[in-house]
Amino acid sequence: MPAPEQFRLIFKHIDEPGYTNDLACYVRNGGYEVLRKSVARKPEEIVDEVKKSGLRGRGGAGFPCGVKWTLLDRKSGKPIYLVVNADESEPGTFKDRYIIHNDPHQLIEGIMITCFANKVERAYIYIRGEFPEGARILEKAIAEARAANFCGPNILGTAYGCEIYVHRGAGAYICGEETGLIESIEGKRPYPRIKPPYFPAVLGLYQCPTIVNNVETLCHVKHIADRGGDAYSRIGTPNNTGTRILCVSGHVQRPGYYEFEVGKITMGQLLFDVCGGPLPGRTFKAVIPGGSSAKVLKFGERYKGKRKSGGEMVDYDWGLEDIPMDFDSLAMIGSMGGSGGVIVMDDSVSMVEALANINAFYSHESCGQCTPCREGSLWMKKITSRMVHGDARAEDGALLKSVADQIAGRTICAFGEACAWPTQSFIAKFGDEFKAYPESKKAPRPAAAIELV
Amino acid sequence: MNLRADTLAKIDEVIPHYPVKRSAALPLLHLVQEDQGFISTEAVEWIAAKLGIQPINVYELVTFYPMFRQKPIGRRHIKVCRTLSCAIMGGYRTCAEFQKQFGTGLGEVSPDGEVTVEFVECLASCGTAPVVMIDDHLHEKVDAAKARELSEKIKAEAKTGNR
Repeated sequence: MPAPEQFRLIFKHIDEPGYTNDLACYVRNGGYEVLRKSVARKPEEIVDEVKKSGLRGRGGAGFPCGVKWTLLDRKSGKPIYLVVNADESEPGTFKDRYIIHNDPHQLIEGIMITCFANKVERAYIYIRGEFPEGARILEKAIAEARAANFCGPNILGTAYGCEIYVHRGAGAYICGEETGLIESIEGKRPYPRIKPPYFPAVLGLYQCPTIVNNVETLCHVKHIADRGGDAYSRIGTPNNTGTRILCVSGHVQRPGYYEFEVGKITMGQLLFDVCGGPLPGRTFKAVIPGGSSAKVLKFGERYKGKRKSGGEMVDYDWGLEDIPMDFDSLAMIGSMGGSGGVIVMDDSVSMVEALANINAFYSHESCGQCTPCREGSLWMKKITSRMVHGDARAEDGALLKSVADQIAGRTICAFGEACAWPTQSFIAKFGDEFKAYPESKKAPRPAAAIELV
Repeated sequence: MNLRADTLAKIDEVIPHYPVKRSAALPLLHLVQEDQGFISTEAVEWIAAKLGIQPINVYELVTFYPMFRQKPIGRRHIKVCRTLSCAIMGGYRTCAEFQKQFGTGLGEVSPDGEVTVEFVECLASCGTAPVVMIDDHLHEKVDAAKARELSEKIKAEAKTGNR
């Protein structure tokens, strides 16, 4: 079956010739009309629309956005904050970059609708430090929106007002974790907080109720407020509603960003039809479907089990190519949709060396607060690095697994899982390659082989 | 501390963005580093005094966040992405080429003082790998040949003082 057409909701204008990131262009294209309609409604109605929409967070965990908002402590008497997670850092993910650089007002409109719905009067956009240009673009866009009365005090002639500020990170991946991000805005080291009690919805920024949402998620809120929750929920598939931006990188003919209805496209359609298949003379070997912490999938393996379909349980027997690109299907086969970053590796890649590269990342980015993660990620890096640059041993795979197995579930935040899953899945799927690595190193390295660590 | 007037103005502008002054520590570190090139001990103490916090509260940020540095770097900062998507598309070759072009090791200031070449983790532009940031600007699909081109351009700009 050929791939479906892209459904460009969030990225509607991203590659449009002549579309610029200034207010005038956005307004010419109908911008801020949804905000205008929204502020004439009751805030609770907008929260209901988002609940009905079934929108799931696009940052990584896929948590239902409406539920997140419902958990907010609205009776504390303390101010409520919105924190926009624009710390896009999960390797393989590059969607927020284009929203911020090319269509910042779409994000600001989504922020303002969200703030109005949740009675938030101050929002912070936490943008990663490596987007200095993006931060300047956002600051300019906020100033434009403020001058046009779309944010700031008494927006659009109402009694409601909200200020948006840009806060730049400084190169630490852990700031993408919502409680680490909050600590970072508070001017501290971004050590994630323990939950309970520090659920952001209750004890978030400055110990006040706080919503933390991803950039893409907030853009969806605008379209939900526009179309209505029911209509939005008919885009995509049940429990996996809306559209999703899939970022494809690595060894395909046409890497890039593609927006599809969630669950309407399979991995095979995405990689072969949309991205043009493998590079000349190569074959696909492995794919990481949701950012580098998602468990790796191997071409040629099959996934079997039972799944829900229209209220009943049916058997499924999928090859990697048959997997629908949605939250539930990818979780069902033991990986995750995560942040939508699809990293493709072909037969030129040594899985030992690829894992060594990933382990170096997680070891560098562990905040160091919890011993299993700090030490575990470091030792996984040291072992894989030794395998590549020093002596490799046939039993290294088992050793790596023994380290990884002691991290997940023993840390304050999900980084423990994020750093353990690559090692666990690489060993589970490509264990033979790890065993054979010491032997394979004796052969001269091909001149074309690329260094990964 | 000898900060430029515009830096001081930006500092005074940013502090009231937050209900708690300490929150402005990161923005102030960015502003001071942009002004001075790096974060000195004097800068740590100055920021702490400005925000009414202890110097250790600022110092612990400098040592944690990778973008802050305690030593000067070259006039131009070349940051090559090291992470998986860039690496499998040749990021290590790109980095080696920059080092060769300027005769410098990783993280060092080149002998002519012109550049510092560094490996950094994911720059979130994986679809156009390998990517490199030179100062604030992102360059896409930088293979070894493009790295040579960019190096030549930096060298030419250094000669004319035009950058």
